[in-house]
Amino acid sequence: MSDVATKRVIPDRLGTKTSRMLASWEVLLFGVAALIFIFNSFASPYFLNAWNLSDATFNFTEKAMIAFAMALLVIAGEIDLSVAAIIALASTAMGAAAQMGIGTPGLVAIGIGTGLLCGAFNGLLVAGLRLPSIVVTIGTMSLFRGISYIVLGDQAYGKYPESFAYFGQGYVAWVFSFEFVLFIGLAIAFAILLHATNFGRQVYVIGNNEFAARFSGIPVERVKFILFLLTGLMAGVAAVCLTSRLGSTRPSIAQGWELEVVTMVVLGGVSILGGAGTIAGVVIAAFVMGLVTFGLGLLNVPGIVMSIFVGLLLIITIAVPIIARRIKEMNR
Amino acid sequence: MMNAVAPTNDLAPLAAETPILEMRGISQIFPGVKALDGVSIKLYPGQVTALIGENGAGKSTLVKILTGIYRPNEGEILIDEQPISFPSAQAAIDAGVTAIHQETVLFDELTVGENIFLGHAPRTRFGTIDWRQINSRSKALMHQLESEIDPTVRLRDLSIAQRHLVAIARALSVEARIVIMDEPTAALSRKEIDDLFRIVEGLKRQGKAILFISHKFDEVYEIAENFVVFRDGRAVGQGKLKTTPQDEIVRLMVGRDVKDVFPKVAVEIGAPVLAVHGYSHPTEFRDISFELRRGEILGVYGLIGAGRSELCQSLFGITRPSAGRLTLEGQPIEIRSSSDAIRAGIVYVPEERGRHGLALPMPIFQNMSLPSLKKTSRSGFLKAANELALARKYAERLDLRAAALSVPVGTLSGGNQQKVVIGKWLATRPKVIILDEPTKGIDIGSKAAVHGFISELAAEGLSIIMVSSELPEILGMSDRVLVMREGLAAGVFERDRLSAEVLVRAATGNQ
Repeated sequence: MSDVATKRVIPDRLGTKTSRMLASWEVLLFGVAALIFIFNSFASPYFLNAWNLSDATFNFTEKAMIAFAMALLVIAGEIDLSVAAIIALASTAMGAAAQMGIGTPGLVAIGIGTGLLCGAFNGLLVAGLRLPSIVVTIGTMSLFRGISYIVLGDQAYGKYPESFAYFGQGYVAWVFSFEFVLFIGLAIAFAILLHATNFGRQVYVIGNNEFAARFSGIPVERVKFILFLLTGLMAGVAAVCLTSRLGSTRPSIAQGWELEVVTMVVLGGVSILGGAGTIAGVVIAAFVMGLVTFGLGLLNVPGIVMSIFVGLLLIITIAVPIIARRIKEMNR
Repeated sequence: MMNAVAPTNDLAPLAAETPILEMRGISQIFPGVKALDGVSIKLYPGQVTALIGENGAGKSTLVKILTGIYRPNEGEILIDEQPISFPSAQAAIDAGVTAIHQETVLFDELTVGENIFLGHAPRTRFGTIDWRQINSRSKALMHQLESEIDPTVRLRDLSIAQRHLVAIARALSVEARIVIMDEPTAALSRKEIDDLFRIVEGLKRQGKAILFISHKFDEVYEIAENFVVFRDGRAVGQGKLKTTPQDEIVRLMVGRDVKDVFPKVAVEIGAPVLAVHGYSHPTEFRDISFELRRGEILGVYGLIGAGRSELCQSLFGITRPSAGRLTLEGQPIEIRSSSDAIRAGIVYVPEERGRHGLALPMPIFQNMSLPSLKKTSRSGFLKAANELALARKYAERLDLRAAALSVPVGTLSGGNQQKVVIGKWLATRPKVIILDEPTKGIDIGSKAAVHGFISELAAEGLSIIMVSSELPEILGMSDRVLVMREGLAAGVFERDRLSAEVLVRAATGNQ
């Protein structure tokens, strides 16, 4: 037959750009964010106010910065549960340095440097010694926060220079806080890193098939080390912002944040099994979590209920795609 | 002819019987692939129907439909001429369909009886498990299989063949009228196969309809009455084995004559490209030396465990040799990692494509461009248009069959996945390509395409190392053959001295 002889032309992609986009998790999540927004604006008269909304962004900006780096780590098939403990250690280091009279630039360098050191330590254990990251970072989670407790006990550091307050309390323009602008800038930077660079592609390949990555000449260990370093760096940046916003350091600072960060990542559509996910999803997930927490706060819902909410959200977002896949398979 | 008064032969009354199970116009569509295309088959009581076809022909899809795992997109299933559907695996069992798979999952720590009745244990009137019934029924089932294995023995204390009997007993423990046997003889010795066939004869006498899937023609002719041949998801022929010669079935299966399987092209062999001196590995191989020339296909033959794959992986930098030197085009080189190897122009197509060669959930073009990212990108930033162009070039060269370049590689058939792996490495413009079992698990049609392509590459001046366990492939494709035995080089043979006998003798060490 002649149809064998004629060369088939394989199209680059299936469907149109819009049809692919409409079917995505991100669009669904965006719809959820819009619904919550509308619901909140009806539920509370205080919600639709530029300054209130600006305040609400502090609920998620610091966590989201870490979530961007965590998203890359989870896509590569690893996880870092020590991020909140890194904040505690970095904040403690900054507090100790502030007591010694070190100025704002030095404090920022110490905060970020501590984050990088912690990240390098995790990376060395996971990538260098090839240990499972979930166990390593549960260990360093206790280790980092433990050091913080030993240094501080039931004390707190509270003497920070005045100019240090800018990172957590300053505004760049009108209602746009420094943290919010930094959050947007980092979102763009991470989106470019993950979606538009060779490094980002390597992250996806490692998460989908580490063997194939190794067999294709990708330096798997180096990529993983860099990802842990990056996560430590972002935890350090978040520590600077949070410490500056609170104006004090206790060893219990950012307690439980690792779960909220992971929830944000998973809610954003990043596969907990690795290999799939986008930064856009994480950004929208950050807004969803921030809006819900803020809305519940306006309705005077106590904090403990919010932690129930975060727990439920984590379970639901892991369950929904799996159940959806089962239904799809059943209809086949 | 005298067909007007044809005498009734012994098959006529059987053919007139009504089938227990009939499938009509069954189609199963997966994204980008039509796994089954309007297939109709009939299974008769007391008869064995052999399902014959190459890998990827749609046999296992059919089994999955019959056992309620897939729901077909089109067509209907009838049992006793009544339409029926299997919304779940349990529904298929309830309808009397049971399957014995190639590798049934059994539990070592449980007893024979527990394994047989796991999931459908008989209950007492208090709702507890009725152990007396489990043991007596297990005994009866084993007896039916001409075996007297004690139902209270743990599975781990049984031999492989005995475990196989337990798996069969498990399949028969449900009230089944239709028994599917999916390559049941794959792991059995001749004696065990004889035992199995006695069991099949017993099942026939009980009036069960049996669907028997096998690659081995001698077995099919021994046990089956009817046959169905699948090719590319279609039933291309069916009938009585008694009146059909084997050649005819092979032709139906392959869709062409088998003669032109190895399109070896005469190539002028050039200067030495790669020289390996005394390569050794701490445990897997020792003191391997050979030379590879431009345009040459060097076959590497040996038994499983002879160290062939390990040698190739160390040439590609996955494992480090403990001793030995490499020269590439006269220059000494050292390969410490796979990226060193790729840079030097040595690439490796692994034996396990899915596990080592591809990121299955990722698009075709991203898999293809992976080792060439430095070339397709600009200062570290991806350029999708370049990646797509590169993927298109090699997809067309390799005649890849896919719905689009952006579909996940995992949706392709084995042969097309192999084309993606080969294309991905060709795009790096290598000097030496190492192919580890290049046609393993690929159907005959695609095999020929892969072989033709290997010949073309050699003709273009690429040097090829081809590891294979298939003698016809080694004999048909190689210019020279390195035979390995227990980690040592057992000899290098030139093409004019090649024969199956010589290679097997060298590989096994039998003089």
